Amino acid sequence: MSTQEQKPKNQTETDTESADEDIIAASSPQQRRLREKRGREIESPKETAEQEDTYHLKVFRYDPEVADKQEPRFDDFHVPYRQGMTVLDALIYARDRFDSSLTFRHSCRQAICGSDAFFINGRQRLGCRTQLSDLEEPVRVEPLPHQEVVKDLVVDMEHFYDQMEAVEPYFQTNELPEGELEEQRQSRENHEKIKMSTRCIWCAACYSSCNIAAGDNEYLGPAAINKAYRFAMDEREGEDLKQHRMRIIEQEHGVWRCQTQFSCTMVCPKDIPLTEHIQELKREAVKNNLKFW
Amino acid sequence: MSQSYNRGLVEDFGRWREFSAGMWAWIFHKFTGWVLVGYLFTHIAVLSTALSGEILYTETIRALESLLIVRILEVGLLAVAVFHILNGLRLLLVDLGIGLEAQDKSFYASLVLTGAIVVASVPTFVAGVF
Repeated sequence: MSTQEQKPKNQTETDTESADEDIIAASSPQQRRLREKRGREIESPKETAEQEDTYHLKVFRYDPEVADKQEPRFDDFHVPYRQGMTVLDALIYARDRFDSSLTFRHSCRQAICGSDAFFINGRQRLGCRTQLSDLEEPVRVEPLPHQEVVKDLVVDMEHFYDQMEAVEPYFQTNELPEGELEEQRQSRENHEKIKMSTRCIWCAACYSSCNIAAGDNEYLGPAAINKAYRFAMDEREGEDLKQHRMRIIEQEHGVWRCQTQFSCTMVCPKDIPLTEHIQELKREAVKNNLKFW
Repeated sequence: MSQSYNRGLVEDFGRWREFSAGMWAWIFHKFTGWVLVGYLFTHIAVLSTALSGEILYTETIRALESLLIVRILEVGLLAVAVFHILNGLRLLLVDLGIGLEAQDKSFYASLVLTGAIVVASVPTFVAGVF
C-alpha cells in the first residue's frame, strides 16, 4: 500500500522538477546567448549586404634585398570586409590575394603567441585582437616603432629578447620542500598578486611604446621588468633569490629608468598594469636599501 | 641581418597627435622643469644687483616691472610653476602607487587647476602697467 501511495507522489515530483528545469533552461545564460545568436544570424546577411564595402589598408613596405623596394613606401590594399574581420585577417587576405610578398609574423591568431604586434593607426596593437570596425579608415599598418625593420612588418626582436633573458625569466629557488615528491605550493593570495604579470606574451608592444627604452639601449624595458616582478614577488623562490633578483632590478638601467609615461600600460594587449608593477619594484628597491642607522 | 631602415623623427615627436595623457604629462613636466631652471639663473642675476647697492636694485626692479613683456612673462612663469607643482604631486602619488588607474584624470585636473589659477592671477600681475 505504501509503495502505491508513493508512486504517484514521486511522479508528480519529477514532473514539477522537469518543469522547473525547463523554466531554468529557458532563462539560463546559455539559452539567452543561443537566442541572441539565432537573432544575429538572421540579421547578418542584411548587414553584410549593407556593408558591401571594402576596408582601405595602408601597409608599410620595405625590402632591403630588392633594389626597387629599398625605399620604404606605403602600399594600399582594399580588402573586402566581412563581419568580425581583424587587422590580421585583412593582412592575410591581402597577402593571399593581392601580393604574396607582403611579409608579417603571425601564428595563433588568438592573442596568445604574441607575434603579430603592429603599429596600427598610431598605436601598438595586436593585429589579431584589433577589429577593423573599431578603426578609422585608412587603416595604417606599420612595423613596431623603435625597432629595426627587417622586412615589411617584420622587426628585429633580438634586443627585446636579450632584455627579457637578462632578468632570468624562469623559476629558480634554493628552498626546496622536504620530501622528494613534495610540491612547491603557492598561496592563493600570492598567486593573486602575480596573476596579472604572468599574462605577458612577449609581443614587445610595451617595449616599442616606451620612449625611455628607445633612448637607452641598456634599459630593461617594461616587459622585462614585469617578468622580473613575476618572479621577485613569487614567495616560493625564497629570500636568497629575491635578493638576487632585486640586484638586477635596482640597477641604474633597471627600474629607475622608468619615468611613468604610462605608454606601456596603455598599449598592453593583455591589460597588464605594467607601470604599477614597475612602481612597486621601485618601492621594494628603496625598502631594500634604505637604512636609517 | 643585412640592413635596416631608420624611420627617424616619425618615431619620436612626429607622432605627437597620437600621444596619450601620461606622455603629455611627461613632456610638460620636462619642459616646465627646464623653464624653471632657466628662470633660476635670471632670478639670481636680478637679485645680485643688490650687491652693488640698494638704489641699483630698486631701479632694476622698477625698470623691469614697468615693461609689459616682463609682466606677461611673470604670468607664464606662474603657469609653469603651478603646473610643475601640481604634476609633481601627481607623480608623488604615482610613486606611492596611489590611484594609478586615474593617472590621466589627475593630469587633466592639474591642467584645469593650472589654467584657473593663472587666469585668476592675471589682474594682479598686470595691474598698473597700462
